[in-house]
Amino acid sequence: MTDTVKSTDLDLQLNRRGFLKGCTMVAAALGISEAMIPKLVEAATSAQRPPVIWLHFQECTGCTESLLRASHPDIGRLILDIISLDYHETVMAAAGHQAEKSLHDTLDKYAGKFLCVVEGAIPTKDKGIYCKIAGRTAVDILAEVAPKAAAIIAIGSCASYGGIQAAAPNPTGAKGVKDLVSGTPVINIPGCPPNPISFLGTVLHYLTFNRLPITDNLGRPLFAYGRKIHDHCERRAHFDEGRFAEQFGDFGHRNGYCLYKVGCKGPGTFSNCPSARFNDVDVWPVSVGHGCVGCTEPDFWDTMTPFYERLPNVQIPGTGGITDVDSAGKKILGVAAAAVGIHAAIGIGKKLVKGCGCKDDKKGGTNS
Amino acid sequence: MTERITIDPITRIEGHLRIDAEVDGGKVTKAWSSGQMWRGIELILQGRDPRDAWIFTQRICGVCTTVHALASVRAVENALQLEIPLNAQYIRNIVMSIHALQDHIVHFYVLSALDWVDVVSALKADPAKTAALAGSISSWPNNSAKRFKAVQEKVQGIVDSGQLGPFANGYWGHPAMTLPPEANLMAVAHYLEALDYQRKATQALGIISGKNPHIQNLSVGGVTTALNPDSDSALNMERLYWIKQLIGEVRGFIQQVYLPDVAAIGALYKDWLPYGAGVTNYLAVPDMVLDTKATKFDLPGGTIMNGDLSTVKPISSFNDPYFRDNVVENISHAWYKGDWSKHPYEEETVPEYTEFQDDGKYTWLKAPRFAGKPMQVGPLAQLLVGYAQGHQEIIKNVNNALSLVSSVAGVTVGPEVLHSTLGRHVARAVRASMLADLSLKHWDLLVDNIGKGDLTIFNKPVFPKGEQRGFGIHEAPRGALSHWIVIQDGKIKNYQCVVPSTWNAGPRDKEGLPGPYEASLVGNPIADAKQPLEVLRTIHSFDPCIACAVHMLDPEGKETIKVKAL
Repeated sequence: MTDTVKSTDLDLQLNRRGFLKGCTMVAAALGISEAMIPKLVEAATSAQRPPVIWLHFQECTGCTESLLRASHPDIGRLILDIISLDYHETVMAAAGHQAEKSLHDTLDKYAGKFLCVVEGAIPTKDKGIYCKIAGRTAVDILAEVAPKAAAIIAIGSCASYGGIQAAAPNPTGAKGVKDLVSGTPVINIPGCPPNPISFLGTVLHYLTFNRLPITDNLGRPLFAYGRKIHDHCERRAHFDEGRFAEQFGDFGHRNGYCLYKVGCKGPGTFSNCPSARFNDVDVWPVSVGHGCVGCTEPDFWDTMTPFYERLPNVQIPGTGGITDVDSAGKKILGVAAAAVGIHAAIGIGKKLVKGCGCKDDKKGGTNS
Repeated sequence: MTERITIDPITRIEGHLRIDAEVDGGKVTKAWSSGQMWRGIELILQGRDPRDAWIFTQRICGVCTTVHALASVRAVENALQLEIPLNAQYIRNIVMSIHALQDHIVHFYVLSALDWVDVVSALKADPAKTAALAGSISSWPNNSAKRFKAVQEKVQGIVDSGQLGPFANGYWGHPAMTLPPEANLMAVAHYLEALDYQRKATQALGIISGKNPHIQNLSVGGVTTALNPDSDSALNMERLYWIKQLIGEVRGFIQQVYLPDVAAIGALYKDWLPYGAGVTNYLAVPDMVLDTKATKFDLPGGTIMNGDLSTVKPISSFNDPYFRDNVVENISHAWYKGDWSKHPYEEETVPEYTEFQDDGKYTWLKAPRFAGKPMQVGPLAQLLVGYAQGHQEIIKNVNNALSLVSSVAGVTVGPEVLHSTLGRHVARAVRASMLADLSLKHWDLLVDNIGKGDLTIFNKPVFPKGEQRGFGIHEAPRGALSHWIVIQDGKIKNYQCVVPSTWNAGPRDKEGLPGPYEASLVGNPIADAKQPLEVLRTIHSFDPCIACAVHMLDPEGKETIKVKAL
């Protein structure tokens, strides 16, 4: 059994070599040196697995589902070998009081040590009544758990920025974690859902170095959100040469031409999609023929729509022309980055509870 | 003495669900189902471009990713009376069926098996006897004593570590857990194997749809999956055969592991066969479309009333008025202002939260009704509707599954046992097996059509001035789904989703008739009210998806949310 990472490893297909390959891919994604791989392996297989509390609020479970699609590590290895997933409503055996017991056991025993993952937005309007679990609102639960966490990973665009329920008119006052929590480090892994690689890379980085990776000014790790999609898209050469698909199914579409004119939002979106790709089958939406919808950007449901209209203010090479702002989507390049300053952290604990539901602002506090 | 139990949260489901039950003499006498989250997505859709709606509505649920996307594009196409190219229909059918394969596998192993399978008991199993048991119901090559022993050691390691993670505080040793240790070990091993096979299904889905969860290859008018056997930037034969290979592997797991496991567990729990029928009115919609106008299908739709198969009435196209004219939603017991029943095109809803009132309003879910009746939806509904209409493939597959159950149980069981908690599990496994075959059939249809030189995938939608109304139907993994849209001058005026989990998890209606969850719990045995495992069994058998179930729409677009003082 020396060939396996752990002697009790049940995954007969994923031997040590396979696992090291996975770690090497994660290391490459994270941009860390190969010399660190032994440490990464150690972090990923240590005897005491770091406890994780995973909170679901206003969400669709798509982010959790994305992890079911991950291969390195796969979900079985993640939750049985790498972390100790002590509370996660979608997979845990316990329910009701027994589930609540699991949550509070971890909160008591590992205060200040556990990693908290938040999936979903937090409704703040009307005292937060639009999402309740075990009789308590999402705001109350976050207020209890957040101050005790070592760090918080906001997975998906909902936990990061409020997401779809925060789209105008934001009927429930939905907000992201960073809008409500200060004092505990929070990192955003936006995307709808994000690529599981971006989440898992962040977890392994944290477990290896005991700190979160470096982020941009929207709280996103640079290793996954450091590049603009348009700048590393395989169709970029077609854009530069002025070759566009004009309609789905036309000659250009069948031959991999640029999708800008059928609505691609790649010129305004930062993500690793063209390089990391999805589902371990070497695809992403653009490779199959649909434009990017900009799902890693704050408020993309309002700023990137209509999805099938052109993004304005994009200079088309060779023509000297700039697309007409009035005839296209609402997104103005450059606005998203500037908007981050408007995110105001309300605080934790009592402040958080106090800070919500008081203002019935129409946009519910999203960074519009 | 009547005892009241409240389970909140119900875990291993999508979304936030609370179940309340009154227990008397070891049985449930009354139950309430309460959705605990509301997001207002339909309200957000107002005024937007109808072509964008599918991208929004798909985010209703990441577990049933794809289903709201499909129903949405079909609703807009129905409003525009737009025909869909054959290739696009086949691609949608492949998307739909592969997604269902993954969804059904995950539902059984990850979301519901732990209601029946005692993980800790598996430690006492003899791996050789486990292999013999597995071998008696399946020829799956991974069912070796060596593998079962490795799984047992894995579980032992987790127990010894004291960090049980998701298995902490489970119902281990509960008196209702009666499987022999060997059956428990077999199921735990297959739980872990299921994680690999569900992923293969998502890979096949990824190749055709760009990514998932949340596919990105649909469009009103067709699909955006470029087809071109002579390009590396489109779906070519290399990609198509990769999809076929992956589907084949998943099909093997479903037909040799999932279906036999469900049959065996169902047979070993045969005492449970009388429980959980609840509402025996059934509704299913047709799917796996075979023509551009959506009038021919591989999976049948229709209704059955009062569990009587002779009452079957077909739903035979995407434009069938029998479906269109008979759906209403009632809010007498839901947290919305008023007390009405309305057709989805006409609904205008104002949320009004009141806390949980046993005899008043107690949920964010509405109560959908068909011709005034509560209906059960899901794989069981579709199989029964097909069985009653003489659908040969369904009859064959149902009978095969029942004979497997009979052989393990040692008694002959007929289709009547399907009206039950376990029947829903068996039906889901049978449907998965059929869809595995059908996905390969539609792969063949697609490749044949490409071979004829047809690469068409899209008919451009044109939005005329004025008002158009349309509805889109889809038989999702959890049952009959419908989206209803009113378009005014090219913008969304009104949007409503009537979804499977609302049909099943919805509350009482004005007449006090309970929804399927509530009705199915009545009569369930409860061994220990403090550990109400049996409630979970029946609720999980429906495959709850609560994010899907909770909707709201205000056609005026007003800021109308009011909340009563708590």
